[in-house]
Formats: sequence, structure tokens, C-alpha cells
Amino acid sequence: MELYRAHVLVCAGAGCISSGCQAVKSALEESIDRLGLKREVKVVETGCMGPCDLGPVIVVYPEGVFYRQLKPADAVEIAEEHLLKGRVVERLLYKAPEDGKTAVTSDQIDFFKKQTRIALRNTGIINPESVEEYIARDGYRALGKVLTSMTPEEVIECIKKSGLRGRGGAGFPTGLKWEFSAKAPGKPKYVVCNADEGDPGAFMDRSILEGDPHSVLEAMAICGYAIGANQGYVYVRAEYPLAVQRLSLAIEKAREYGLLGENIFGTGFSFDVEIRVGAGAFVCGEETALLASIEGRRGEPRPRPPFPAQEGLWGKPTVINNVETWANIPPIILKGPEWFASIGTEKSKGTKVFALAGKVNNTGLVEVPMGTTLREIIFDIGGGIPGGKQFKAAQTGGPSGGCIPARYLDVPVDYESLTQLGAIMGSGGLIIMDEDTCMVDLARFFLEFVQDESCGKCSPCRIGTKRMLEIVERITRGEGRDGDIELLEELGQGIKSSALCGLGQTAPNPVLSTIRHFREEYEAHIYHKKCPAGVCRALMVYAIDEEKCNGCGRCALVCPAKAISGEKKKPHRIDLEKCLRCGTCMEKCKFGAIYTI
Amino acid sequence: MSFGCKCGGELNSKLDALLDRYRGQPSALIQVLHQAQELYGYLPRKVLQRVAGALNVPLSQVYGVVSFYSFFTIHPKGKHQISVCKGTACYVRGAGQLLDRIKEELGLKPGETTEDGQFSLEVVRCLGACGLGPVITVDEDVHARVQPERMSDILAAYRQ
Ligand SMILES: Cc1cc2nc3c(=O)[nH]c(=O)nc-3n(C[C@H](O)[C@H](O)[C@H](O)COP(=O)(O)O)c2cc1C
Ligand code: SF4
Ligand code: SF4
Ligand code: SF4
Ligand code: FES
Ligand code: FES
Repeated sequence: MELYRAHVLVCAGAGCISSGCQAVKSALEESIDRLGLKREVKVVETGCMGPCDLGPVIVVYPEGVFYRQLKPADAVEIAEEHLLKGRVVERLLYKAPEDGKTAVTSDQIDFFKKQTRIALRNTGIINPESVEEYIARDGYRALGKVLTSMTPEEVIECIKKSGLRGRGGAGFPTGLKWEFSAKAPGKPKYVVCNADEGDPGAFMDRSILEGDPHSVLEAMAICGYAIGANQGYVYVRAEYPLAVQRLSLAIEKAREYGLLGENIFGTGFSFDVEIRVGAGAFVCGEETALLASIEGRRGEPRPRPPFPAQEGLWGKPTVINNVETWANIPPIILKGPEWFASIGTEKSKGTKVFALAGKVNNTGLVEVPMGTTLREIIFDIGGGIPGGKQFKAAQTGGPSGGCIPARYLDVPVDYESLTQLGAIMGSGGLIIMDEDTCMVDLARFFLEFVQDESCGKCSPCRIGTKRMLEIVERITRGEGRDGDIELLEELGQGIKSSALCGLGQTAPNPVLSTIRHFREEYEAHIYHKKCPAGVCRALMVYAIDEEKCNGCGRCALVCPAKAISGEKKKPHRIDLEKCLRCGTCMEKCKFGAIYTI
Repeated sequence: MSFGCKCGGELNSKLDALLDRYRGQPSALIQVLHQAQELYGYLPRKVLQRVAGALNVPLSQVYGVVSFYSFFTIHPKGKHQISVCKGTACYVRGAGQLLDRIKEELGLKPGETTEDGQFSLEVVRCLGACGLGPVITVDEDVHARVQPERMSDILAAYRQ
């Protein structure tokens, strides 16, 4: 093993990739090479470090200096100043927008300060390709402890006592699930990691796999010991090639070190893990569909019971848990269930990772104790809403979830409170919306999504959501009718109670929850033919501001309906009878003279 | 084995090697299709027939799997692959308008390829860069915070 004096972690999460981290990394490597530091400094790519909108970000260890918004030229300077001469490059450090205070390390930044990192304890901190670094941070110690000093029953008892609940959405108690599998007859048994991460707008699981793959492998082996399984599978979605690559390498290294494979730690316990790559079907995140897909079949759900814990992969008892759930296991074993249970609320223990996105200043990945309020997440950590706009609602749970309006900003985020509000905890997608988001349009968006992704096996889901979509589309086109809202509610309840799998059972939620909290917005569309957020194009009225219009005539030229007239150099006007509400004129006017009412 | 030549022969021998590795393992179907699509760029009927034979899965079932998963395609794709993210985070930041603009520029619907074979368009759900929406990828390049007005310039850079 080679020893390096310094490590530079370059965030290569998808956020930083799109802001250009690859060029930064190349510049850094070239400079390191040129300065003759190649044997002393190692450059490593990590998973998302969290503050994506500050990307590209890098951290220089051992000091942990955090640099942000780098250009390739900045990387050259960091190599020459910091890496060669040991001088921190002041100008590339983070400065707080409120008071301009400089932060040298990330823990001095508000965004990080308010977080509690358990599942993300290593993500963005260690080199994910180095098993040594994982081991140096207590990695595989929990597995060692379990194999050498605990009985399988004690392991299950420990997880049960911790109060850990599934982080994939449903929140089922993890220890209980393990116990069911352990007690179920049938052999061999299997352990599965659900890394399908289907919620569009969420990337927690991906970041853990890319940033700390060993934590998942270690946890799966612990479960294997607890339930009596020797084989595990990680089902990763095809859209995550780096995660697949990291995980393959981690499995290889773990085998090399005897941490996976035959006779682990010489205890006689054997456990191995294989990867299965998905192929782009949202429904495969549902556990029975996922198992079908691992078996090489169409990913169609089947009715439960029997639950996978009793009859899973190839009909055998199978524990299936979400990536984040797995990442919590090793710390629980090492620090004890009491420690874990001391974090969070009465019924929701520990922390939750959220992918914070949408109309919020600090977008990225955050981990907070259960029970943290939405206000703290959005305003203290997220830095509030950009452009001086008003917060309107937060969306959790993606296509299965719902919205939480501003009046509930102080509700603690845990499984029960969110369910009470008609939303769900979900897997961690947290989309912030401001006054410019139309809630009816959002409902339409999610219905369209479910329509695309429904596997078509049962009719309530296939046909019912289609009907709902038709109605909502009609409303957004300004053709809503009296009784539509009630019809949507009725259809929604019907689908919820009769669909075969979780996809259909939760598909009406985005509609029902927006009706519940934003009924007046539906009414405005239906009865007043108005879209208060100004999103639904068909409901917009275009007009020209005479003060601003200089009569250049561009708008009239591009209008497909020839709805605009006016003399040259005189204010133009729009004939609303002819106007198709296409918006072209507004886009083309260079003087901002066209507006909508 | 021939070196450097990307002719059918080399592809076919790679396919042979792939099929040999998984012969008689029906549960490997999806993994084999992935690798075959990587070789050919899409899944031609001939390849599917050979996969079916080697893994011992009925051809109808192979087609059933291929049609179920959106990642698999039986049509050749364009030279440049445009993926527009229509995940929630991008949607609330205007991915809908962006997609409209691209459809207009190329005269394409998602799932189609331009007649000159230059561009294919598809809609994806979340590329993991949610903080920087709306996001699109063209081949391996990720473009973040794309305003519709920028689209013509972005596309022009790939056109020849
Ligand atoms: C339509 C649908 C999609 C789902 N997608 C995911 C997913 O992407 N990731 C995930 O971990 N769980 C997903 N689930 C939940 C799984 O079915 C299952 O409950 C979970 O993997 C169990 O792990 P946990 O107890 O650790 O949460 C989905 C469920 C449904 C109904
Ligand atoms: S509810 Fe929808 S996704 Fe689930 S089995 Fe029925 S049709 Fe398929
Ligand atoms: S493009 Fe703008 S400024 Fe020119 S005529 Fe139209 S509204 Fe007036
Ligand atoms: S919105 Fe379209 S149809 Fe209406 S005036 Fe403008 S360009 Fe013409
Ligand atoms: S992708 Fe780099 S911080 Fe999130
Ligand atoms: S929603 Fe578009 S990148 Fe995540």
C-alpha cells in the first residue's frame, strides 16, 4: 500500500459533473504531475458531498479544507499554493452570504453544521475506492463484533431495539423484518439491497453507493449472519454507472481482504454479494417487482402476502432493505441501539437523508435528525427561497407522496406527522416550490409519470390513473367542469383501495393532497379559468404594456395566429379572440413589453 | 481475433463469448441484454434470437422483457443521444418548456430519431443533478441550468 501525504477529494456526484468537475480534476492532476507531487498527493473522486449548488467542490485532506465553485485555473492555483507550499488559497474558500465570514473546513458552514451524519458518515469524506480508509473509520468492525461476540438473535434484538425503520418509503421496522426472515422456513435465504431509487428528483442512495459502498456491503453481511443467508444481491438502477463501478470494486476488495466470501474472519460464516443492474422501470423499486427483475423476468409486482421475508427471491425467505437503511446498520451495532434510539422522535428514530431541490438556495444532500422541522431544513440549512419569492409548498415522497403547505412549516418531519398531513416521508426527495409553481400542473405532472410507469397489470392503476390524468389535463386547459374535484377524489379513493401494488395504491396521493391543501387553486382553474401561478398556458391572457412597447414589430412577425397588430414605432396590441396563448411573442419581445394576467 | 476492426465479425465473436459465459442461465437475461446492447448499440432481432437460444428462454419471453424495460431498444439510435430530465426538481424549474423547445428544434417526439440519424431524443427521470435543473445530457456531456434559448447553440455544437 502506498502512503500519501495528502488526499484531494473531488466531488464527482452528478451535480458537480454537470458544473464541470472533470475539467477541474484534470487540471489538478496535470499540475500535481508537473510539480512532481504525484507520489505524495492522491486525487480521488467521491460521491456527492452535499452542497451541489456550490459545485465543483473539492476537499483537501488531512486538513479538510473545503474549496468551492472551482474553475480549472483555480485547481492549478490550489496545486501550486496549497499542495506544494501548504498555503490555503483564501479566495476559493466558502463565504457565508449573510456576513461574508470565511469557512476553512466544511463543518464551519451552516449547511453542514445543522446536520447529523449517520448514514452519510463517510460519504464525501473517505476515498470510496479504498477499503483501508473505510476500515480506518471503524469499517467492518461491526461485522467483526457480530461474528465474534453476538448470536444471530442478539443482532436482531439490537436492530429491533434501535427502532430503525425502513428508509425506502414505507417505514417498516427493520429488526422485525429480519426476525420474520430468520424464523421463516426455507433455505437458502437471501439478502437484497434496493438501490433502484426511483423517486424522480432524489439521489440519496446513489450518493451513498458512490461515496461509501462498503457500508452497504458490511450491513448486508451482518444481516446475512442474523437471518442465516450466505448470498446477497444489490439491485442498482442502470442510470447509475458510477455506483455500479464503485460497488463492483468494493466487492472485489472486500473479497480480497476476506471480508466477503468464504469463512469471514475465520469464523466459518460465508457471505457474498452480486450486483444486478436494472433496466429503467420505476415499478422495479417495488420489492416484489424488484425480485422478479433479479430473476431475469419482467418486473411486474405480485400481491402480498406472502411478503418477501417469507417468500422472496426464488420463493425463499428474503430480506430486502433500502440503501440508506443498510448504511445505518454498522453504527447501530457499534454504538448500541440506545444511542440510535436517543436520536429522533418517539416513533421515528435516527436521522433521515433528504435530497433538497427545486426552488431553494442551497440545493443538495442533507441528513438531519428525525423530528427536525421543515422550516429548519428549508431555511436554516437550505438558505431559504431564491429571488425573494414566497415559499409555497414542499413535496415529499415523489409520485407516491404529497405536498406540505407553508402553514405546516413547523411540523416535525417524521413518519407519523407527514402521513397525517396527507404526505409521506418517502425515500427522501424533498422538492421546494415557490409561488410560481401551479399545484394543479404539479398533480398533472405526477399523474403523467405514473401513467408512463404503471406496469399495466391491474386496471384500477392502468385505467383509473388515465381517467384522473384526463380530468386534470382538462382542468389545466381551462375546460374544467363543476364536479371535477369531487370526481377526482372519488376516483382517487377507488384506486387507492383496489390497486394491486404500492405504485397504484399511492398514485392518487399527489392529486388528493393538492386538492386537500390547495383546493382554491383547482377552483380558480375550473370556475374562473385562471391559473394563479401563471403556469397553465391555456389560461393565460397575453397583453402588451403600451409604456414599454416601442413598436418594433417583432412580436407580430412571429405570432402564428396573426393576432398582433399595430403601426411601426407605435404600441402594438393583441387580439384576444385570435390569440392561441402560445407565448411566442413574449419570448421574442426584447423590451419585456408583453406580460400575462 | 482481429484487432482494431469494428466489423461485424469482431462484434459477433464478442457476443459468442458473452453468451458462453451465461449459457443455460435464464436469470441472467437482463444482464446479458445490457451487455449485448452495449456491443451493438441496440438489440437487433438476430441478437435476441441468439440470446434466447443460449440462455434457454423462449424468444417471446425475451421480447416480453425487452419491451417491459425502457432501457432496451430494438431500433438503432441516432449519432447523438439527447436525454432531457423530467424529474420533479427539473420540472419545477422549467423542464417542460425546455422539452417543448427541443421537440420544436428537432421536429421529434421522445423516443424518436431524426431522419438524418443525427439525434435521438428521450425523456429520463432524474439524472441526479437535481440541484442544477433543468438538466439535459447530450451523449456523455451534462448541461445544467439550461434555458430554452440556449438550446439552438447547444445542438449546433453537435451538428456537423
Ligand atoms: C412503486 C414503488 C416504488 C418503490 N421504489 C423504491 C425505491 O426506489 N427504493 C427503495 O428503497 N424502495 C422503494 N420502494 C419500497 C420497496 O417496495 C420496499 O418497501 C423497500 O425496499 C423496503 O426497504 P426498507 O424497509 O429498508 O425501506 C418502492 C415501492 C413502491 C410501491
Ligand atoms: S398497481 Fe399499477 S404498477 Fe402496480 S401492479 Fe397494478 S398496474 Fe402494475
Ligand atoms: S416585440 Fe415588444 S416592443 Fe416590439 S412591437 Fe412587440 S411588444 Fe412592442
Ligand atoms: S401568445 Fe402566441 S398567438 Fe397569442 S399573440 Fe402571442 S404569439 Fe400570437
Ligand atoms: S454533486 Fe458535488 S456536492 Fe453534490
Ligand atoms: S430531477 Fe432532474 S436531475 Fe434530478
